[in-house]
Amino acid sequence: MSSTKIILGLFDDPDAMLDGIHKLQQNSVPIYDVYTPMPIHGIEAKLGIKDSRLGYAAFLFGCTGGTVAFSMLYYMLVHDWPMNIGGKPAFAIPDFVPITFEWTVLFTAFGMVATFFYATHLFPGRTPRVMDLRATDDRFVIAIDAKGNVPHADITNILKEAGAVEVKHNDRKYVSYE
Amino acid sequence: MSSHSESIIREPLITGENITYGQITNDVLRPIENKPTKAWWIGFTVASLGALLWVVAVSYTFWFGIGSWGLNKTVGWAWDITGFVWWVGIGHAGTLISAVLLLFRQNWRNSINRSAEAMTIFAVICAATYIVAHMGRPWMAVYSLPLPNQYTLWVNFNSPLIWDVFAISTYFSVSLVFWYTGLLPDIATIRDRASGIKQQIYSVLSFGWTGSVKTWQRFETVSLILAGIATPLVLSVHTIVSMDFATSLEPGWHTTIFPPYFVAGAIFSGFAMVQTLLLVTRKVLGLENYITMFHIESMNKIILLTGSIVGVAYLTEFFIAYYSGGEYEQYTFLNRFIGPYWWAGCMMYGCNVLMTQLMWSKKIRTNIPVSWVLSIIVNIGMWFERFVIIVTSLHRDYIPSSWAMFYPTWIEVSIFIGSIGVFFTLFLLFIRVLPSVAMGEVKLLLKGASEQAKLEKIKHGHVDKEQVEFYKQSLEKFDSVELAKYEKV
Repeated sequence: MSSTKIILGLFDDPDAMLDGIHKLQQNSVPIYDVYTPMPIHGIEAKLGIKDSRLGYAAFLFGCTGGTVAFSMLYYMLVHDWPMNIGGKPAFAIPDFVPITFEWTVLFTAFGMVATFFYATHLFPGRTPRVMDLRATDDRFVIAIDAKGNVPHADITNILKEAGAVEVKHNDRKYVSYE
Repeated sequence: MSSHSESIIREPLITGENITYGQITNDVLRPIENKPTKAWWIGFTVASLGALLWVVAVSYTFWFGIGSWGLNKTVGWAWDITGFVWWVGIGHAGTLISAVLLLFRQNWRNSINRSAEAMTIFAVICAATYIVAHMGRPWMAVYSLPLPNQYTLWVNFNSPLIWDVFAISTYFSVSLVFWYTGLLPDIATIRDRASGIKQQIYSVLSFGWTGSVKTWQRFETVSLILAGIATPLVLSVHTIVSMDFATSLEPGWHTTIFPPYFVAGAIFSGFAMVQTLLLVTRKVLGLENYITMFHIESMNKIILLTGSIVGVAYLTEFFIAYYSGGEYEQYTFLNRFIGPYWWAGCMMYGCNVLMTQLMWSKKIRTNIPVSWVLSIIVNIGMWFERFVIIVTSLHRDYIPSSWAMFYPTWIEVSIFIGSIGVFFTLFLLFIRVLPSVAMGEVKLLLKGASEQAKLEKIKHGHVDKEQVEFYKQSLEKFDSVELAKYEKV
């Protein structure tokens, strides 16, 4: 039993990497994850990753923001301390629009981004779990869990055939911990 | 697909030979991974001296009160609000580039959005400091917030000034979130190339970004939605700024055209500032291959368009003053030309309308020194626009006995010059420590929209001869393209 924990296929071209994913899938090799320096469109569908639900979260945060702002304005200007300004109505809805709008946007932005950071485990000081340091630079990396996926030589060949410039057999999962 | 196959007639967004993904990283990170150049030090020294002047002048204001400014009973708002509106307007271009152009799928935004967004944030910081400074007693700023206080009174939410508090603070914080989220992948790139303490700092700043599929997928969703909400936000911000004036009864301010007029003016001045900064940045940082002549010309076209919209708004104001028959309104607009501030009016109309019309000429649009000078002229013109609207309208309104002139003191002048220093100090620090070009987004363009990909396409044949000729002609204006290699193909 080798000590290899993870197999990395490094590509210098996104199209070659997509080809690599295709070939691995044809050979029924499960892919652990893919790391790229830029977003590759269409890759989620290929890997069977579900659509992001952040849009729904954003909508709910927006609704919350609008409701909070409007309720606050109503409470302060109409309920708690209605002021007589030239006999005009205290419940002046047009005047409520700008701040209601601003807080809708504010809550949407902060709520959605906070959800994104929470769901993706992004926060200041988190140890980066990087498998290859060039995955944020100029390498498109396919990671394959080495445990149970044998023989490793076959996987290496599939990756090489698809145009991988380098195939790494790493004993450690994350190089950034070193 | 990693990239769209682009028509040959579209001009390239990345020029140069043998550009690889690694090359893009190297080029963009050069100023961050190396010691600063002499040019940077000179710029930083001058800018931080300006920032120091700002600290002195604002401290003086806080110590002695706004009595140290040249304001009087008639002209109660002058350089302070002029400076505030000027800076907020400048800030708008960053959001326009990063949000509106994203929604319109304008790929040329990819290489300029990062620095434009940074510019937005620094400009809004300058604007916000003006608001705090013009209060004279900055600790009173807390009363603009709806907090329970000892008077048990709430703020007046019917006032546009209170809307402005909410608009500017929302705009600043949402822009900051948008900018920083976009920066995460690029900070991760710096982190993975650095070592030692630098790596640790960027590691904290990168939030542990890895670039996995799910992260990118969510990232793209977040960017799109943020762009979608930032677009109406940016329009609302300057609309509300204009309402600070438009809801008053002052002739020259009391105008329904103000919201679109101010928004157009904001985009106009903002793009001019982006142009001013980027023409220097591309040269000093050697980014000619990423910020190309196509980008410069496109920005000039937007300056021309928005400058013309502003021109139409000016004409409309004059027409309405005449057509309304209101004599105070008519006097205010005549006063812009025949009053004691005629020179400010001439600067406003001359710089903003007449000078930008020069950009109809392609020779001028694609000439870098001329474009740079014109962008400065627009910045000056837009400052005078706000000065004319504020001071020239105020100094002679209904009662001739209270007519007065406004003369700034050295404090006000210092705060203004100092705020420019603050802005440039922040911008220069930014280009030293963070990537000034969004690398991930530029890398997306490499396979489809770069000059080398298009050259390859031409060499392969299979493209229309006429279109190739058209494409070659469009390359003539580029300063970063060698035309010789196109003669053979």
